[in-house]
Amino acid sequence: MHRTGELYGHFETLEQQKDTATLGMWIFLVTEVLFFGGLFLTYTINRHAFSTAFGVGSNTLDLTLGGGNTVVLIMSSLTMAMAVWSAQVGKKQWVSIFLIATLALGTIFLGVKIVEYKQKFDHHLVPGRSFDVRYRSEHPTASDNPKEIAAEKEELEKAFAKDPDINAHAQLYFSLYFGMTGLHALHMIVGAGLLLWLIKGSFAGRFTPQYNTPVEVVGLYWHFVDIVWIYLFPLLYLIDRHQ
Amino acid sequence: MPHEDYLNATYGIRSWLLTTDHKRIALLYLGSVTVFFFIGGLFATMIRIHLLTPTGYLVTPETYNKLFTMHGVAMIFFFLIPSIPAVLGNFLIPLMIGAKDLAFPKINLLSWYIYIVGGCFVLYSFATGGLDTGWTFYTPLSSIYSNSAVTPAVIGIFINGFSSILTGLNFIVTIHTMRAPGMTWFRLPLFVWAHYATSLVMILGTPVIAITLLLAGLERMFHLGFFNPALGGDPILFQHLFWFYSHPAVYIMILPAMGVISEIIPTFARKPIFGYSFIAGSSIAIAVIGFLVWAHHMFVTGESVYAALTFSFLSYLVAIPSAVKVFNWTSTLYKGSISWDTPMIYAFGFIGLFLIGGLTGLFLACLGLDIHIHDTYFVVAHFHYIMVGGAVMGYVGGLHFWWPKITGRLYPEYLARIAAVTLFVGFNLTFFPQFILGYLGMPRRYHTYPPEFQVLNVLSTAGASILALGYLLPMLYLTWSMRYGKVAGQNPWPATGLEWKTDSPPPTENFDVTPEVTWEPYDFQNRPDLGLTAGAPTLAPAHGDD
Repeated sequence: MHRTGELYGHFETLEQQKDTATLGMWIFLVTEVLFFGGLFLTYTINRHAFSTAFGVGSNTLDLTLGGGNTVVLIMSSLTMAMAVWSAQVGKKQWVSIFLIATLALGTIFLGVKIVEYKQKFDHHLVPGRSFDVRYRSEHPTASDNPKEIAAEKEELEKAFAKDPDINAHAQLYFSLYFGMTGLHALHMIVGAGLLLWLIKGSFAGRFTPQYNTPVEVVGLYWHFVDIVWIYLFPLLYLIDRHQ
Repeated sequence: MPHEDYLNATYGIRSWLLTTDHKRIALLYLGSVTVFFFIGGLFATMIRIHLLTPTGYLVTPETYNKLFTMHGVAMIFFFLIPSIPAVLGNFLIPLMIGAKDLAFPKINLLSWYIYIVGGCFVLYSFATGGLDTGWTFYTPLSSIYSNSAVTPAVIGIFINGFSSILTGLNFIVTIHTMRAPGMTWFRLPLFVWAHYATSLVMILGTPVIAITLLLAGLERMFHLGFFNPALGGDPILFQHLFWFYSHPAVYIMILPAMGVISEIIPTFARKPIFGYSFIAGSSIAIAVIGFLVWAHHMFVTGESVYAALTFSFLSYLVAIPSAVKVFNWTSTLYKGSISWDTPMIYAFGFIGLFLIGGLTGLFLACLGLDIHIHDTYFVVAHFHYIMVGGAVMGYVGGLHFWWPKITGRLYPEYLARIAAVTLFVGFNLTFFPQFILGYLGMPRRYHTYPPEFQVLNVLSTAGASILALGYLLPMLYLTWSMRYGKVAGQNPWPATGLEWKTDSPPPTENFDVTPEVTWEPYDFQNRPDLGLTAGAPTLAPAHGDD
């Protein structure tokens, strides 16, 4: 496949090449919607069936970390949009700056996610043999607020009265929690790889008002991954909190 | 003067394994789907030999479960779904719309590699103990109880799904953005319309089976509970998600075959196709309605009666666009000057077998009747009429029709006609008795049967051996013709599509000059370049035997 400048040989014009790449990404995002769709359906049906256990699951998540991460991700969408705009108007150095900012914010998000995952491991909230929703309230550490622990204990007792099988059903919640946020994180990692590739291109001054398709197409992908989180956050963190 | 084409432009194994030429990638697919066809066929042969006697002839019950599972997995995921789109579609769509290649040539090659990686996982599963869940992977059998190599198979099918998604994506974008000047939407060959509809199903359905199998696989590996009732999960949810893809997947198999038939019939009837826009629209209608009928696989699995009524009604609706196609094909034949060339024999075979397969599908969509014939050989016969009688007939017919374009050589015509008839006879003898068996109550997937069913089972096995001959013959003479066949020329039939206006085999860039389309599709009258003179439309096609 021969190539003249940025134009591949099987296209007639750069404009045709750009339309093709953009349409390709949009269609890819449609397939992603359906890919996540299966998970969202599984979540919805189980949330409906086991609302008590899912409420207990939501309560264990850290709202400060989750909410903070949501803000970080929205900021990264802004910087991504600014990178695309900078490329379109020809501000070459700003393309690099905004891309690096986007990558930094994405990395912060992933770092916070690791902290959250570690908490779940510490609290025996990973599905498997040692899963126990009561573990944290029964094994408080010195840093835990005794009042909070007492409140959690009381809530759990009520929940167990409503749904004696709560340990099994809460495992479903955490299977979905790790499945959905894990798949989302995997998309973030792929996105970070794409950003690194763009940053390399932007240092070489590849992106100009005439040719900026890669920035725009990766931007579409990045915004999509953010939107998935915008749905995941309320579904996993907010519904049935402290009922 | 030696002619440079896509086959002799470069040489060596690297020039094939790293090619981005859609025509070479199509041939890579041709080779690999053929391998899977013979693997799946081997399992089918063993099944039919086993069923020669009521007590079972060949294998243990456990092995029998593995045979029909592996037959289904190899044939559906690794032969039928990629066959026409990834071989013929890949080769022809850029040629038919006057493009130099597909929109994303590297992604096209990537999807072949994904197919190969997925295929290796599945072959690994076959080789290390096989797989006994049925191709449907119903939970909790597949996720908890089965002691066979389910995990590598699930991983393989999961991976292979992305090959299908990327092919569909590539086709849709190509058809939108790569058409030559003058190639408007309603001048597109119906083969391209059919592939557009197929691609819609590929991109909308395949991600759902991917996530479903991912969840089932995670459930098996980490003992999670998504579909396991013991842990609060819902096995019927798995079935809904599975059929949300796997019913539309039937249309991934049959729609491209319908596209092939829509090309063959006008060519050998020497007439413009009847009702072009209706055939094009019915492809899209089948793809759309096809997404709304999945729960008709679950009438006896426990769903609300209102859901069952709705899905039954919607299943009947699919018959309308399917019938539109059949009526339009037969109307095209009316007063045409029909020649009985090999592709045309396959096209006639397709219409007849698809008709039977489609009508028996209506029996199964009927709520009351379905309870009687559910999970019997009636279902087996029905879907083999669609998938083998329909999709495979279309595939083999299409291979013959475009063989001169792909290889530049003609196959031996009379041998090919004999093979086509053998295939048709063998197919009917194999599967028609199964309709009767199912109606009489023989359940599918059993390794034994009552002695009174033996005659029909022996007939079916006898038919299968004729069918096998019908597949081996084209394998042999098509391979032979690549070297010894008569040189074909640009347009041996002659046919009207753009792919016939370039050399056979085409050059790497497809066309020396980007073509400009000024004619309507399937118009034989205003095409002096075809060499058909007015008033004498019966110019004989060029044959390999002439």
